[in-house]
Amino acid sequence: MKIKGRIFILKDKNGNLIKDIDTDQIYHNMYLHITDIKEMGKYCLGNLEGYENYSLVAKKNDIIIAGSNFGAGSSRQHAVDCFRSLGTGCIIAPSFGAIFKRNAINSGFCILECPKIAEYIKEGKISHGEICELDFENGIIKKENGEELFCIPPSKVQLDILKAGGLFEYGKRK
Amino acid sequence: MGKTIVQKILSAHTKDEVKEGNIIWLDIDVRSARDFGGPNVVKHYREHYGAEKVDDPKKTFFTFDLVAPAKTIKYAINQSICRKFAREQGIKVYDVGSGIGTHVLMEHGHILPGNTAVGTDSHYNIVGAIGAFGQGMGDVDITFVFKTGKTWFEVPKTVKIKIKGKFEYPTTAKDLTLYILKHIKTDFALGRSIEFYGESVENLPLFGRITLLSMVTEMGGIIGYIPFTENTIEEVKKFTGASDFNVFYADQDAAYEKEIEIDVDGLESQVAAPPHPHNVYPAKDLKDVKVNMIYIGSCTNGREEDIESAWRILKGKKIKEGIVLSITPATRRAYKNLMEKGILQDLFDMGAIITNPSCAGCAEGHPGMTGEGEVSLNTSNRNFPGKQGKGKTYLTSPEVAAASAITGRITDPREVL
Ligand code: SF4
Repeated sequence: MKIKGRIFILKDKNGNLIKDIDTDQIYHNMYLHITDIKEMGKYCLGNLEGYENYSLVAKKNDIIIAGSNFGAGSSRQHAVDCFRSLGTGCIIAPSFGAIFKRNAINSGFCILECPKIAEYIKEGKISHGEICELDFENGIIKKENGEELFCIPPSKVQLDILKAGGLFEYGKRK
Repeated sequence: MGKTIVQKILSAHTKDEVKEGNIIWLDIDVRSARDFGGPNVVKHYREHYGAEKVDDPKKTFFTFDLVAPAKTIKYAINQSICRKFAREQGIKVYDVGSGIGTHVLMEHGHILPGNTAVGTDSHYNIVGAIGAFGQGMGDVDITFVFKTGKTWFEVPKTVKIKIKGKFEYPTTAKDLTLYILKHIKTDFALGRSIEFYGESVENLPLFGRITLLSMVTEMGGIIGYIPFTENTIEEVKKFTGASDFNVFYADQDAAYEKEIEIDVDGLESQVAAPPHPHNVYPAKDLKDVKVNMIYIGSCTNGREEDIESAWRILKGKKIKEGIVLSITPATRRAYKNLMEKGILQDLFDMGAIITNPSCAGCAEGHPGMTGEGEVSLNTSNRNFPGKQGKGKTYLTSPEVAAASAITGRITDPREVL
């Protein structure tokens, strides 16, 4: 599975990757009554300082990069679905909140763990706005100049559910 | 090789090999959805399974605790969607007014030690307090469990936290919890099961265990356990109404990924300042922070004992003019007991707002959010930006909350005792 998209880095004022972005910053509890995924995109990252307008600048297949423990906090599926709503390609972070990770895997949304991502950014190997191709199955970011950056490849269950088209489809085969 | 507590509970619920990192199919004893998440569960269910029956209606529940009662038409519609589905399927609804779902399910003996339980609540791992395995999950996950009674799970690694030293009242389980968080943040236990050892934690009464283990979520952990003592067994019997259940202990030769020792000797009252639960300071260092709203309740500190302890500090004193003090017992039973003891009457007479059992001030500021520049002092578990309004949220114990209600600023309870 290949995803070609724009690199979109979530940084704080000091230029560091933002850690511990929680589900209220991703999708505020004010909008939890919404059950239609189409409506969720416009609130995506709506409570994350500096990125309140993300939904207006979002592009299909964006490859978002964030700090560790992305998606900490509540169990809301909305925090995954708001990205799916916008057609986000993948989220890359050194680690994810446990429930967010499950929710992403179960709905077949691509997330990749990449412990070295902050280093890559610091060393100038990857920068905001550039277009990259992600070889999701092997966890490799391929730059336009041919350089390859390595993340942790997704687990078997993550790939199986993704290929099946989500947990429900996967479950039918179990 | 011996097993840790989580490995033992998982082993009792799967045919697969319980080895760290393995994906296993896990049998789930109890499944529930709330008024958040619940409507989406129903939506997915109808879409994927139509009118087919759920796996086991006796093990399936709805609990309404977040926006309970509904404050807008949208929430009301969402709740009615769940009620209708529940009627069709023969599922019990613990409706608005029952209290916080996990607490209600434990109190009614649905979730017991040794059980596995999942629901649309990120603090479901609170059931670790009664020695069960619980996990908060999203609505896709829960829909699947409603239908199949199973879910996939990656066997987590287990880490050990040893607590050294002793502390005294008015330092309580919440101060201990915040202090641990200060040390480990989300780095030490992310994605791990935690076992806590040491006299100070093992001596915690059940309500204190609930406080500490509810905040394993804030530590980034999957679940936490404190080994049962004789006293815990008796308390759990009383709490759940059950006399027969499986209590699991770790084997002597169980393997832990890593260990840490935290010294809490002479620990004082602690407060977590925004924007993270692990941004923790001694309460006395924050004594210049003026407070507008104080909230005592939540799954972390909404037990009868928590509110009684706050009342003991407030008794015979006055709530400072201008402070809005809201109190929410976690469940109907806690509410009733406090009412019968005259404690709610007393708190009411002092000017406190007593709300119906629910998540109240924790979830969506029902009843009340902060405006810009205001400060809320809260006994719940999260102080992320914007969660309870435009103002700032500080987290603390019921004792500090009560003392601060008297002075109008963050106060170490020893100042007013
Ligand atoms: S009290 Fe707060 S943290 Fe606890 S279950 Fe309710 S909303 Fe979640």
